Amino acid sequence: MTQNNLKNITVTVNGKEHSLSVEPRMLLSDVLRDELGLTGTHVGCEHGICGACTVMMDERPVRSCLVFGVQADQAKILTVEGLSNADDTLHPLQEAFREKHGLQCGFCTPGFLITACHFLEENPHPSREEIREGISGNLCRCTGYQNIVDAVEMAAEMLSKDKKSETDQCTVQAMQP
Amino acid sequence: MKPAVFEYHCPSTLEEALQLLDEYGYDAKIMSGGQSLIPMMNMRLARPKTLIDINHIKELNYIRVTDSDIQIGGLTRHYQLQQSKEIEQICPLITEGVKLIGHDQIRSRGTLGGSVVHADPTAELPVILSTLGATVTLASTEGSRTVTTDEFFMTFLTTTIEMNEMLVSVQIPRPSANTGFAIDEFTLRKGDFAIVLAAASVTLDEQGRVKSAVLGLGGVDGVPVILDEVTAGLIGYIPDRNLIAECCNKIGELVDPEPDIHASGEYRRDLCITYAARVLELAAERAIKQ
Repeated sequence: MTQNNLKNITVTVNGKEHSLSVEPRMLLSDVLRDELGLTGTHVGCEHGICGACTVMMDERPVRSCLVFGVQADQAKILTVEGLSNADDTLHPLQEAFREKHGLQCGFCTPGFLITACHFLEENPHPSREEIREGISGNLCRCTGYQNIVDAVEMAAEMLSKDKKSETDQCTVQAMQP
Repeated sequence: MKPAVFEYHCPSTLEEALQLLDEYGYDAKIMSGGQSLIPMMNMRLARPKTLIDINHIKELNYIRVTDSDIQIGGLTRHYQLQQSKEIEQICPLITEGVKLIGHDQIRSRGTLGGSVVHADPTAELPVILSTLGATVTLASTEGSRTVTTDEFFMTFLTTTIEMNEMLVSVQIPRPSANTGFAIDEFTLRKGDFAIVLAAASVTLDEQGRVKSAVLGLGGVDGVPVILDEVTAGLIGYIPDRNLIAECCNKIGELVDPEPDIHASGEYRRDLCITYAARVLELAAERAIKQ
């Protein structure tokens, strides 16, 4: 590794600004995990199939194994660590995953949560078929998806009930320091 | 799986990017969305020495509609195409087709230019652009040139773009009135690469007869295939299911797709006939409704 190849970046992750030097070939998933210690973002296939590494980048879900960390310069990132509220109460999606047994081994869960979070913002009252399509970019090897679909459905109901409390909106949270 | 070391450049203007291309030549690779390139780099199937990241060239991200065409900058992302109300109104084939690209995460980053230059014959955008009779504008420090998709796509993952050139925009002729579109694909799972992909455009005259029609297929050859031999049989007739089926039966003799682990050549041929008939029927139906 050549030190002179390092690039300085400033990235806001879960509302907190970080300035760091990264090698350009370092994937965003590795920057989050290894440089910032945010190991909630999981790395599965590392070539854009499994979706485990999904994070929100500038309010859009992206596969963090298909973005270089250097590209996140000046970007706003939301990882699974940023989902829960400041007082550590769970996000409705997290509660619903627990309630409906959508986790099993839990490896794919962070990616599912972020994907579902964005999906429900765009489609607050989805049908089960739409939920299946919405999470189609994420693979789970345990649950057969049934419980995950149940969980997203439950979260949709919880979120629409909570609509008056804007704090459950992921993008809003991601923007707040 | 981690990418090999590369030198990283992040130009903010087209001019700067083209100069870098001149400077580094074959050592350089342009990265836009990176949704095909980065997986290849992660697996070290691609090891570019220099990466020119064009994501900050704002002048390449636009959708402009004129009286005669739709102009789209190379850096326009799939989700932007998907969300554009203007495009949905004028050329819904793009909207409908872009929804079939990968998953939400892929559409967040992937770009029009990246998909077209990558030239995967099972990808949606190359087939859509070929079906719409689009042209592609390529720029270098020496100037720019505009070519048809037919001139552009050579074979699997290969185009006629020169070493020092970059795709800057795509132009799509504005569809005439009374035109209906449809696109459909056969995939093993939602969002997977298509095994066979079919797109159609059908334009009717005042009497409801077919004035012109285009059928584009993906996944059957190294480039998008336009089958005028099939649609010629529709011209001058009021489209109906039997006529379309009859025309589509010819496809069996016109395409010779390669077999792979997912499907035999024969099965793919059958899929082509089924999906071609399906999109032509739907396009005709939509043209009638207009």
